[in-house]
Amino acid sequence: MSSAAESATIPRLTQHGRVTQARVVVSEWTKFVSVRSTQWSLGVGVFLTIAFPILFAAITSSRWGSMSAHERAHRHPLDIALAGVNVAQLAIAVLGVLVITGEYSTGMIRSTFIAVPKRLPVLWGKIGVYAAVSLVLMVPAVIIGFFASQAILGRHNLLQISFTAPGVARSIIGGAVYVMHVGVFALAIGAIVRSTAGGIATFAGIFFVIPPLMNILPTSWNNAISQYLPSNAGRQLFSLQSSVHNLTPTAGGLLFLGYCAIAVAVAAMLLVRRDV
Amino acid sequence: MIEAIELTKQYGDKRAVDGISFSVRPGIVTGFLGPNGSGKSTTMRLILGLDAPTSGDVRVNGKHYREHAAPLHEVGALLEARSVHTGRSAYNHLLALAQTHGIARSRVNDLIDLVGLHEVARKRAGQFSLGMGQRLGIAAALLGDPATVMLDEPVNGLDPEGIHWIRSLLKELAAQGRTVFVSSHLMSEMALTADHLIVIGRGRLLADMSVDEFVRTASGSIVRVRSPQATRLREAVLGPNVSVTSSETNVLEIEGVTAEQVGEIAAANAIVLHELTPIQASLEEAFMEMTRDEVEFKTAGASSEHKELAA
Repeated sequence: MSSAAESATIPRLTQHGRVTQARVVVSEWTKFVSVRSTQWSLGVGVFLTIAFPILFAAITSSRWGSMSAHERAHRHPLDIALAGVNVAQLAIAVLGVLVITGEYSTGMIRSTFIAVPKRLPVLWGKIGVYAAVSLVLMVPAVIIGFFASQAILGRHNLLQISFTAPGVARSIIGGAVYVMHVGVFALAIGAIVRSTAGGIATFAGIFFVIPPLMNILPTSWNNAISQYLPSNAGRQLFSLQSSVHNLTPTAGGLLFLGYCAIAVAVAAMLLVRRDV
Repeated sequence: MIEAIELTKQYGDKRAVDGISFSVRPGIVTGFLGPNGSGKSTTMRLILGLDAPTSGDVRVNGKHYREHAAPLHEVGALLEARSVHTGRSAYNHLLALAQTHGIARSRVNDLIDLVGLHEVARKRAGQFSLGMGQRLGIAAALLGDPATVMLDEPVNGLDPEGIHWIRSLLKELAAQGRTVFVSSHLMSEMALTADHLIVIGRGRLLADMSVDEFVRTASGSIVRVRSPQATRLREAVLGPNVSVTSSETNVLEIEGVTAEQVGEIAAANAIVLHELTPIQASLEEAFMEMTRDEVEFKTAGASSEHKELAA
């Protein structure tokens, strides 16, 4: 080999590979696990998903004696078991936004798109990694939350429900599936808005601000519209009781999936077209 | 090999790049020179497909950058703007980029050693000094052993030792047969490293020529003459394209003729000369001369617009 002389200081590369979707997924995994915000947000999300059911189970057990019959009738074990999902979704959503806006705010996105100039593999890679990680963490978290809260309530023989009872397993796992979709939806919002503050504000607006505003509308309008909002549709994935003004778990879940798909499609279209 | 044809980029009302055509050849260092804000960085973003051109076209190694199956093997780029996540270590930054092309971890370590970041490779890039950031950017640019290397203001923030290192690195890359395209707003820097120059101002192409040619074209050479018969010499050399100035007694600075011509005129007229010196404008002066009207941000007092703003 005559290359030894000419490559005195700059090492040469002997094998040349090409960019593949699988390689981009590996790269996105490395990026995902190598920043601190990931561990913090995921840790908080999992902690809240487990801690809230334990907390509410303990409070309910200790205050049960002083509750009215009416109040007792309105306690439901699944509300306690899934209490953490409502809070954890915020942590997962914030991280979802950050997964992409963190690249825009630091300029990393330019390095990313120089390495993968077709760009879309990056979006698929980020979504794939984030959806898989959040599902893998949230499924055990909601199951632990369920059994832990049941165990605490069980010591006082209160609000017992079987995991195998109709709809229970679906609701519990549905809580994890819901949170995963929230993460993907937030990631897509982040890709569209491209700023951390803007992404979190947009997500909070859609999930936490618009739903209560619906209460100002005439009741008939509210009942007609609210069930189709992303948050309410997605919520059916983990609600056991269904009312006339709510979609079925399947319909709600599919509608929520549709919202995610639209957000991801818009993000993909803009990602390819816009200058960075 | 980089080929731009009528490349144009418009941001709102502003034409950042205005119909420039050029090609950058392999095997030499091509300097990309222009004042701040002249469109150098925008041109590089267009080459890399980060921005889409308003009109015109640019190809790297025969294809649009986006169409390459293994872009990091085609072009290695260092951008002027920071392009590193501040919360990630240098090692993980390079590893994530390498993994998109299936480049081995050992290659990442080789480059960390090459740029001298071994000690800080596990530190978060946000804690890096400007110079360390530049070194990390250069490691990223060389990761894929690219055929074309494109560096935007690479000496920014480097200490003298680092600047020296960059100069020899650029020469070695060119000697290995790569296309090397380096931007700078400092002519003096280009004078030491570049073989060929592409000069732009306000997004327009001003020059595309070798460094030697650039100096000859951009500046009329001046001949300095000392003679006890300076007055007679002045009359003898004056012509339609010749101007003569005098800063001290018996010394003339003649523009528009060569030293040889002045010597011959003096001999023909029997004029005694005590000194005959061709004064070549420095590259810096040539560059200033060429871009005088193209500077985006003039210093105080240099422009009437500035006075209006101040009023």
